[in-house]
Amino acid sequence: MNQAIVIKEKNIPITENETVPPHPLKEFWKYFSENRGAVIGLYFIAGAILCAIFADIIAPHSPFNQYRSAILQPPFWMEGGNTEFILGTDDVGRDILSRLIFGARLSLFVGVIVVTLSLAAGIILGVTAGYFGGFYETVVMRLMDIMLALPSLLLAMAIVAILGPSLQNAILAIAIVVLPHYVRLTRASIIAEKNKDYVTASRVSGAGPLRMMFNVLLPNCMAPLIVQATLGFSAAILDAAALGFLGMGAQPPTPEWGAMLANSLQFIQRAWWVVTFPGVAILLTVLAFNLAGDGLRDALDPKMKR
Amino acid sequence: MSASNPVISASNLKKYYPVKQSGFFKKDILLKALDGASFDIEPGKTLAVVGESGCGKSTLARLVTMIEQPTSGEFDIAGINAVTSGKAQKRTLRSKVQIVFQDPYGSLNPRKKVGDILEEPLIINTSLSRSQRREKALAIMEKVGLTPEQYSRYPHMFSGGQRQRIAVARALMLNPALVIADEPVSALDVSVQAQALNLLMDLQEEMNLAYLFISHDLSVVRLISHEVMVMYLGRVVEQGEKNTIFDKPLHPYTMALLAATPHVNIKSRQKRIRLSGELPSPLNPPPGCTFHRRCAYMSDICRQVAPESRRLENRMVACHHAEKMSTAPSESKIQKGLVKNLVDKGAQDENAI
Repeated sequence: MNQAIVIKEKNIPITENETVPPHPLKEFWKYFSENRGAVIGLYFIAGAILCAIFADIIAPHSPFNQYRSAILQPPFWMEGGNTEFILGTDDVGRDILSRLIFGARLSLFVGVIVVTLSLAAGIILGVTAGYFGGFYETVVMRLMDIMLALPSLLLAMAIVAILGPSLQNAILAIAIVVLPHYVRLTRASIIAEKNKDYVTASRVSGAGPLRMMFNVLLPNCMAPLIVQATLGFSAAILDAAALGFLGMGAQPPTPEWGAMLANSLQFIQRAWWVVTFPGVAILLTVLAFNLAGDGLRDALDPKMKR
Repeated sequence: MSASNPVISASNLKKYYPVKQSGFFKKDILLKALDGASFDIEPGKTLAVVGESGCGKSTLARLVTMIEQPTSGEFDIAGINAVTSGKAQKRTLRSKVQIVFQDPYGSLNPRKKVGDILEEPLIINTSLSRSQRREKALAIMEKVGLTPEQYSRYPHMFSGGQRQRIAVARALMLNPALVIADEPVSALDVSVQAQALNLLMDLQEEMNLAYLFISHDLSVVRLISHEVMVMYLGRVVEQGEKNTIFDKPLHPYTMALLAATPHVNIKSRQKRIRLSGELPSPLNPPPGCTFHRRCAYMSDICRQVAPESRRLENRMVACHHAEKMSTAPSESKIQKGLVKNLVDKGAQDENAI
């Protein structure tokens, strides 16, 4: 008897829970927070975003100010370092920590713009190609194949070389180069979903092409796209850094992580901190986005919910 | 009410698909998925379409729901020609015909809540406000036996039977006159099948719905249908009132189908008629009667001339030998016929070699 009563009591909150579904955001967070790596990644990203927004307040120095008396000063915990320049200074005496904080602004900006551009264009091209098919699909997909046939960085360099080296052109070039991935992914998911019964059911109730493509089909294709977008975020940061490294992206003295890496390459033996910290910043940011993207995919997929 | 105008009246519906041949210079060949089907369904009545896989049942469903255009033939829905009518008219017709699919796991959008699934037809076809739509969805949900709490749940939270209820509810949202049920219970457990069928029959009575009920389960057909249409390889072989067909089938294929139905009661079991051979490829159907290679009553004329559908004993039947069946369709004869057929077949095979 006792047991039965206990069970009954336990049941009460469960049924209440069933009748009043939790707020969607709350529900999302419940599933998202089960993945610890994703949460750590998210916190890191949040930190990076805060750094980017409040760079002016947080950064101890100006990223451009050259302290002639402190050239190549090591980080504070090493001999010869002091807490005025926590992560040391570079070859012209600029504070590395400040440059990294301001660099977060650029890197996140690059990631956001590249992913937004390529995701929007890729979804539109991919959805229409998958939905309409025929000659249009062939043209779009062959064009994407041609773009994929060229090494992506080479293509980006070619585009930047034509447009002229600057951060904006680098962003545009990267957005174009990563476009085929989004188009192919979207088209493949659309084709897989297109023949399912629920799509036919929507068609029977009279849904037009726009509704079919973007309301019925697209939400069911979003899971791989979200993962691709977060991976693309990190890839964009990495590519922008690579272009910066090659001198085709951000121009000095802009504190862009890739450019910082390139400009201080000759000091790798003498002053490791000048090279290491921008590299670590790139690594951690890219890793954080990948982890968070994974968690996002799991949390957004209703099929994985219990 | 029952003697009113038919909800749907189809005449000689055909659908051919061009199939690409491998090889560069080969011409496309035509796959005759549906080769002439004519029928009327009155409000409150059920026409059951029966046949093996690949006989054109689902093609028929796709034509009637206006997902695809027929190659030839016409059909009227509520007196309006659905093949030649314009876009605006088709829109109104669309709301008159709705469909329930076989697989309740694939027929509900997994990203949408039940409420959104049910309201989608209303958003597209009506200008009701959000609260009106919600009210209507809840009313239909109650009708099919779902609770209001389930309004904001996702389909994956439901069992197969409940999902099929949602699918039925969606089909009813626009007050259709005709519901096409494409094997609506064959993906469900037997215990749930009965519930789903009862629901369908109750709704029919309540809303005076016409059903086009596609199935290969004859015991289900016997329960739910008023008329039966038996199909074989895209053609209608026999069509008529349920009892006429079930009591005394005149086409050898119908006989074989009926004899294959499992019965719990030993006394009502019939001797199995085993059909020899496979269903021929619809890409390369046999000449003459498409059934002749598997038929126990096959004769020379069956090999050469395709039988026309004709009226015999209150039904339409497409068989050269239907009269013979009607005089003495005893089991022994069927068995004898089968033996004869096998002998014939042997001889035929030898000739072929």
